[in-house]
Amino acid sequence: MTNHWRDIRHADLILINGANPAEAHPVGFQWFMRAKLDRGAKIIHADPRFTRTSAVADMYLRIRTGSDVAYFGGLINHVLQNNLFHDAYVRNYTNASFIVKQGYAFNDGLFSGYNPDGRTYNIATWSYESDSATGFARRDMTLQDPLSVFQLMKTHYSRYTPEVVSSITGIPVADFNKVADLVGQMGKPDKVMTIVYAVGLTHHTTGGQLIRSGAVLQLLLGNMGRPGGGMNAERGHANIQGNTDHAISWEILPGYLRIPAPGQKTIADYVAQSAPKKSDKNSWNFFGTNYSKFMVSTLKAWYGDAAKKDNEFAFNFVPKPAQNSSWMSIYDQALKGKMEGLMLSGMTAASIGPDSNQVQSALGKLKWLVIMDALPTTSSEFWRAPGADPSQIKTEVFMLPATHWIEKDGSFVNSGRWSQWKDQVLPPQGQARHDHWILAELFQRVKKLYQSQGGKFPDPILTLTFDYKDPLKPELDEIAREINGKDLTTGKQMTTFANLKDDGTTTTGDWIYTGSYPDSGNLMKRRGGIQDPKTNDPTGMGFYPNWSWSWPLNRRVMYNRASADLDGKAWDPSRPGITWDGSKWVGDVPDYPATMNPHDPNAYLPFIMNGEGVGRLFSNGMVDGPFPEHYEPVESPVANPLHPNNSASPVAFLYDKAAGRPNRFGTPQEFPYIATSYRLTEHEHYVTQHVPHLVQLQPKPFVEIPYELAGQKGIKSGDRVRVSSKRGKVEVLALVTKRLGPMTVAGQKVYQIGIPIHWGYVGISADSDPSHGRYWLANALTPFVGDANARTPEFKAFLVNLEKM
Amino acid sequence: MAGAGALAASGLGFDIAVAESTRVRQSLRIAGAKEQHSICPYCAVGCSLVAYTRQTSNGTTELLQIEGDPDSPVNEGRLCPKGATAMQLAISPRRVESPQYRASGATGWKSVSWDFVLDKIANNIKASRDASFVTTDGNGNTVNRCEGIAFAGGAAFSSEEGYFATKLMRGLGLVHLEQQARV
Repeated sequence: MTNHWRDIRHADLILINGANPAEAHPVGFQWFMRAKLDRGAKIIHADPRFTRTSAVADMYLRIRTGSDVAYFGGLINHVLQNNLFHDAYVRNYTNASFIVKQGYAFNDGLFSGYNPDGRTYNIATWSYESDSATGFARRDMTLQDPLSVFQLMKTHYSRYTPEVVSSITGIPVADFNKVADLVGQMGKPDKVMTIVYAVGLTHHTTGGQLIRSGAVLQLLLGNMGRPGGGMNAERGHANIQGNTDHAISWEILPGYLRIPAPGQKTIADYVAQSAPKKSDKNSWNFFGTNYSKFMVSTLKAWYGDAAKKDNEFAFNFVPKPAQNSSWMSIYDQALKGKMEGLMLSGMTAASIGPDSNQVQSALGKLKWLVIMDALPTTSSEFWRAPGADPSQIKTEVFMLPATHWIEKDGSFVNSGRWSQWKDQVLPPQGQARHDHWILAELFQRVKKLYQSQGGKFPDPILTLTFDYKDPLKPELDEIAREINGKDLTTGKQMTTFANLKDDGTTTTGDWIYTGSYPDSGNLMKRRGGIQDPKTNDPTGMGFYPNWSWSWPLNRRVMYNRASADLDGKAWDPSRPGITWDGSKWVGDVPDYPATMNPHDPNAYLPFIMNGEGVGRLFSNGMVDGPFPEHYEPVESPVANPLHPNNSASPVAFLYDKAAGRPNRFGTPQEFPYIATSYRLTEHEHYVTQHVPHLVQLQPKPFVEIPYELAGQKGIKSGDRVRVSSKRGKVEVLALVTKRLGPMTVAGQKVYQIGIPIHWGYVGISADSDPSHGRYWLANALTPFVGDANARTPEFKAFLVNLEKM
Repeated sequence: MAGAGALAASGLGFDIAVAESTRVRQSLRIAGAKEQHSICPYCAVGCSLVAYTRQTSNGTTELLQIEGDPDSPVNEGRLCPKGATAMQLAISPRRVESPQYRASGATGWKSVSWDFVLDKIANNIKASRDASFVTTDGNGNTVNRCEGIAFAGGAAFSSEEGYFATKLMRGLGLVHLEQQARV
């Protein structure tokens, strides 16, 4: 989230796409209802399925899954065509005025630079025309230059008329126009809208662009950086946020530094290829400018005295991947026989999928598999899943009992970036051990093996810092101090990342957490909450700066310089983020130098983290286009109405095809119905299959089937049905409902089927089922393909058939 | 009629006089308990929890109650059905009590010691790392990567454990590093 849960109460209009917060984040949803009840905010819910969120929304739009770029694109078009954008914000706080290089083009669904053999773009033409004198990007503040981002964007989205939007999304034109009217009012400075989304937007081959299309709309309306505004992702697990920040992710190091690439020999090479470049004279480019300081300080934290100036601070100790190494790549490599071992903690590959049958084949091709979990999972049990022959599965499997959250301390970071410390309440149950103690001891044993036997490049293993009182049992408090970092000259804890250096005299484990644990103590433990609002919420805006700690630097709304106008006054004085009081910025922790006078001719532009200094309506940061464009899901019942010759994403990576494995995508002739997957209030992914009360509340797997389609098939609620895709099937109970219904898409009648994901062959329900949940894995149906940028699987839009059993 | 009058006067929906006369002395289940704070283990709203425990006479810790923390600006004391039943996740007879080992092709688990599994896994890591480690790629670039081992996890454990996992796995040279964010 750019903002945070409590902040949603400040919105005038709430767009919810790809999310069902009333059921999936019910307690967070109280802040949506506060906006509605206290300030008369309107809620618009666009979702394939009518849910409890829809029930309290002012408008519900039945949208075809995966078509939200067309929805947001239509809203962008409405705002541009009718001059409803926030003019001063768009001119000064976005790259609308930047001039794009000659050669940029978009024709028949393809941007310039496309290479059909490699299914990739050369993005050279997706860049700015630079001024020969300054080297910075040329700008036209009138926004009239035909090569300005503003004009190119206006042309790009002119195709997204209400009729086209309706044809793609299935939303009736009249309903879309009503939404457009409401959204169009949100460009006024005294109005603010928020967009809230979840994995219903990310789980698509166009996931990244689905989110960018919302962000572009928010920039046009001047809603980024403002209380009550922003782009707000609702994350689904207690600590997805914290452990993304800490880079359990193939492409990054802590704090969103890029993983180095082959060919980079020095820190300078690395920074040159990784850090944003300054493209306007008033851009601070804070991230780019300080990139080497963050990197060197991290290397010092990891390799201590072995990281020296004369060895580039051990830069060559950091692995440099040859290719994408994300979730699906792990199983792809296993299927190719190239992956020997896999360690899973709190994740179950067999249930998560996508294409669970293929993933289970991959698990069976590993030499060894380690599961660290408190409870059995479908991955720990995959070798004896119903229908499997254990004697034929050669994988050596280890089940290591790990402690639960309540048996250890440490922080969880919520969707709003609030890092909240928790106590250890209970001792470990049975022989359970903490995950980090398991890893510490494994690492020390491996280190001993290298010390005694030698082996491939042992240097990083032998020198990795372990400055803990007991190297086999590090305390999370010790690790929290390491993450914050220290000044090696004074021995003091760092208080801000602004003081980190690239000369080897400072450390940080993750620069965005610098300041969370100064010498005065662990700020994540702070508990100044609503028991005393006068003391703990001095602005009255609900920032609660004395409750826990949020990154960066305890800032509660990111990009908050953009909440104030050019003079430093709040766009809406009733909802200020930060404001200039004549000598300093007051309010939230400023995302800006604390005393920089906005009238200084050298004052920085508001978006200090990127090279432009302004929000990017046009970006070369994505591999699939500088503007979001609608592409069909890889499996779709219709051709793309905008460009049928280039219907689906031209750059989504096709694993099976690239590996020479047989095709696993279905056609609409064999699989005529659209399916989407989702979660229920009473379950959390798969672990709650072990929680008796929750199993009682939602005991059995089911699929939701539209009433009209069920009628055609003679299916009644409670009947057993088979839902199948090219990849597998589920055999579960039918729930016939009017929450789903027929839609007209590209002139064709289509149905969507809803599939909750929570069941499998492990848990209380499976134990009492005669087939032991043999065909209960929802992800047996989902396709092994993902977003062109992030490789997030397309869990939310695929084709199935439906039969009564 | 007197009762009805008192009922109206109390505004509580019951007659205080009657309630007083029939009162049974009760003590709270959490009386004298130790109060600690946690965060809900499920979604990422980040609801604060209050957990009450008591030491029993045989030296174990008894978890008495988990409820929403009224001081939190996030949840203001509220919990959903999952958070409200968090006790059943915390204490479960379904927990894996000791390390389990399933040898290649075996048809069942074998309960084993921590020393046994840690020793075997450490040897597996060393063997797979040495077998799949690339120091220099085909273009002569120093890349120092281990291609044959993957680690995935972290959405359910503490941030500090996650940072530690990243540090150790990168230290081993892993490139296949993942968690729930992408899926």
